[in-house]
Amino acid sequence: MRKLTIPFIGLSAGMFLVAPWIINAAPYESTMGLVQKVFYFHFPAAILYMTAAVVCGVNSARVLFWKNKNADAWAVAAAELGFLFGALTLVTGPLWARKAWGVWWVWDVRLTTSLVLWMIFGAYMLLRQYGGPGSDRLAAGMALFGMANVPFIYFSVNVWRTLHPMTSVVPTLPTEFGIPLWFCFAAFAMLFTALLHLRATLEHQRLRVEELYLAEDEA
Amino acid sequence: MRLFRVLTMLLALSAVPAIAADQPQPPKEFVPVDEVPPGEQIPAINLVAAAYGFVWIALLGYVWSIARRLKTVEAELADLESRRR
Repeated sequence: MRKLTIPFIGLSAGMFLVAPWIINAAPYESTMGLVQKVFYFHFPAAILYMTAAVVCGVNSARVLFWKNKNADAWAVAAAELGFLFGALTLVTGPLWARKAWGVWWVWDVRLTTSLVLWMIFGAYMLLRQYGGPGSDRLAAGMALFGMANVPFIYFSVNVWRTLHPMTSVVPTLPTEFGIPLWFCFAAFAMLFTALLHLRATLEHQRLRVEELYLAEDEA
Repeated sequence: MRLFRVLTMLLALSAVPAIAADQPQPPKEFVPVDEVPPGEQIPAINLVAAAYGFVWIALLGYVWSIARRLKTVEAELADLESRRR
């Protein structure tokens, strides 16, 4: 699996290098103009942000309810990636909004729930790092709340009045906008998968190091 | 070092709401780009460049961080396993 990870990162790096030319070739959106091009990085980052919350939540449930120790490494990996992709989403979004809406931020449901999820990931990481014994189970419980937040983030734009575009925008995109979007999405998704695997491997090896130190102490 | 990391993370977690709380009232509906007062206009190219630049730097930084941590833990693991034999 490790052998596949490096080519995945290389391929996605290549796609990230080619992406500006593909994005540049896409037509300008009629009302927003150039700033709409932030969308090609904002959307994939946001989808993978929510994916990370689901991966973290599912693996935390496996830890809590099925006592699966292996799942904990995947939950930690997903939480760290969720924090990273959340930062990408929460930075690129306001940069786009400043031009499109005239403000950096509005406290509407989509933006607020996204920020709450990012804070949950931040709290999860702080808890894992500094919480002491038992913090893994407490963090796993917190990850379940993070996962429960995802449907609110995704469907909020359809349920409540908001400035944010609705979920129907992407499926109805014209082809000339869709090609760069799905190209960027593929690059982000490959990188996400490779980084998730690398981070989980790192966590497994870190646990192995801890076990070896404990064995040394007992010997 | 630990205190610095905690403070950095707390600062990052509180930065967005702190900035957001200081925003002017949002418009009630979409305002076309050319109707925003000239004083409030930021060239779109600056915003797009900032967005793409941030994404690239953050992703590169994370890949570098993972590679560095993996290298350290693999060296430690190899050392411990050789001591066991």
